[in-house]
Amino acid sequence: MQQVPLEHALLVAAILFGIGLTGLLARRNLLFTLMSIEILLSAAGLAFVAAASRWGQADGQVMFIFILVMAGAEVSVGLALVLQIHHALKTLDSDAIRQLRG
Amino acid sequence: MATLSAGAFYVFSGLAILATLLVIVQRNAVHALLYLVVSFLAVAGLLFVLGAPFAAALEVIIYAGAIMVLFVFVTMMVSPGQEAATADARWGLLKALVGPAAIALLLIVELGSVLVHAPAAHVGADVISPKEVAVALFGTYVLGVELASMLLLAGLVGAYHLGRRMLQRDREGETG
Repeated sequence: MQQVPLEHALLVAAILFGIGLTGLLARRNLLFTLMSIEILLSAAGLAFVAAASRWGQADGQVMFIFILVMAGAEVSVGLALVLQIHHALKTLDSDAIRQLRG
Repeated sequence: MATLSAGAFYVFSGLAILATLLVIVQRNAVHALLYLVVSFLAVAGLLFVLGAPFAAALEVIIYAGAIMVLFVFVTMMVSPGQEAATADARWGLLKALVGPAAIALLLIVELGSVLVHAPAAHVGADVISPKEVAVALFGTYVLGVELASMLLLAGLVGAYHLGRRMLQRDREGETG
């Protein structure tokens, strides 16, 4: 059986991260912003697990679990904020939220 | 012990990249969520092929399960598809991105050259069992577990607080 080089696994993680970053920069809808952040965190976790597999150590998977916890906390607060913003402004356009602009 | 063949890795990779690309080009948030679930399932397959069955299970349960349910509920409440008119043309931002992108490109080139010159290494040769992960998690990283639990508690209280304020305002709007 042939094996997968580490570079390929890291390349897949980098491509997924790049797609998420593109979505984060290009989309205005706050829901899509949050989805892009989830993609970014998932790609970072994939890189950690690939590194764990490279060295045969469990530490990378431990880091993946911490990323998962962080993503869960972040998305719950983020979606509560989305609900608040939708309630207050009747829109999810991130450019419409400019109360703090001088 | 060897895991699945290398072919499975490339199939899962292609599916993950395709599904993720389709997520960010959707107009409708619900359609994007469906592709996002597929994307997370493909990443879970990748994790399994990389010899991390526990991480793969967590990816399915928490990302494709719990977090997606949260997204679906919120999408239901905020009536999706309303921002089809506000097209995502924020390309004026591109000019501001040139500087950071140029410097980031240098970093990527540096990283790539390091990877190219590194000795050949393979992934997915061994399965790292849940037991090993648990021993590391509750032995070496037990302080991190405590901090993660505090973060989750803070997230819980924060989300409850933000949601409660909205419910109260609704009730006041009805009575007043």
